Amino acid sequence: MNTRVIVTLKSGVLDPQGKAVHHALDGLGFAGVNDVRVGKIIELDLAEGTSDADIDAMCRKLLANTVIENYRIERA
Amino acid sequence: MKSAVIVFPGSNCDRDLAVAFRAVTGQETTMVWHGETELPEGLDIIGVPGGFSYGDYLRAGAMSARSPVMRAVAAAAAKGVAVLGVCNGFQVLTEAGLLPGALMRNAGLNFVCRDVDLTVGTSQTMFTSLYAQGEAVRFPVAHHDGNFTADEATLDRLEGEGRVAFRYAGDVNGSARSIAGIVNDAGNVLGMMPHPERMIEAAHGRTDGRRMFEGLLNAFA
Repeated sequence: MNTRVIVTLKSGVLDPQGKAVHHALDGLGFAGVNDVRVGKIIELDLAEGTSDADIDAMCRKLLANTVIENYRIERA
Repeated sequence: MKSAVIVFPGSNCDRDLAVAFRAVTGQETTMVWHGETELPEGLDIIGVPGGFSYGDYLRAGAMSARSPVMRAVAAAAAKGVAVLGVCNGFQVLTEAGLLPGALMRNAGLNFVCRDVDLTVGTSQTMFTSLYAQGEAVRFPVAHHDGNFTADEATLDRLEGEGRVAFRYAGDVNGSARSIAGIVNDAGNVLGMMPHPERMIEAAHGRTDGRRMFEGLLNAFA
């Protein structure tokens, strides 16, 4: 069973990597990019029957740092 | 003063910290591997060293913070044992929830490796008792993820409660309110990005860091 966890920086948290990517896109001549935020996707191959609560606990305890990051769980 | 230094896979300042403890106390320190579940008996202080533990995978300090030994470190800290986390050690302590906030990628994106000027935020901790509040000191930094971040309420509380131990004199990495080091609410856990253990001998160029270790020695003598 495949599950994706999408981890993004909270709005308001400065994202230096996003800023650098934004700058690079500008340098390549792409106009109209208002903002760039860099996050990460974590793919989990989980046993059948893994509960939503367990996946949520994985996110809170390790996969995301909730001081600075939000997470979203997408179950296939 | 009985000390131990935690060693994670990828720690690289564990020896620096051990040498500093040994130089100031004249006593051997115990190196404790991250897979251990127990710490030596009767410790006064635990050092959580700098480095790039677990290759900074996921987030700097994230994997180490969940290693078996950190449960023992958290239990010891709760009983009042002093914990000094330097650089990656500071990242580990925030990830482990022993200190508030988080350390993000440097605002300038550059790895910063140089001596930086700091001011002492408070002399009212066991780590900074031999410094004067507002005193200028210089320690080396060597980090990519030293940009201290916390919500405004947390920052206000850290400042209001006198828990900012060190501040950068200039902008180094974009840290909120120039915070370079903080203590927990009980005052026995210090995390800081600069390396006091690398400024303790004349051969290091300066000895600004030595008083931190001497102060700890006084506290536990």
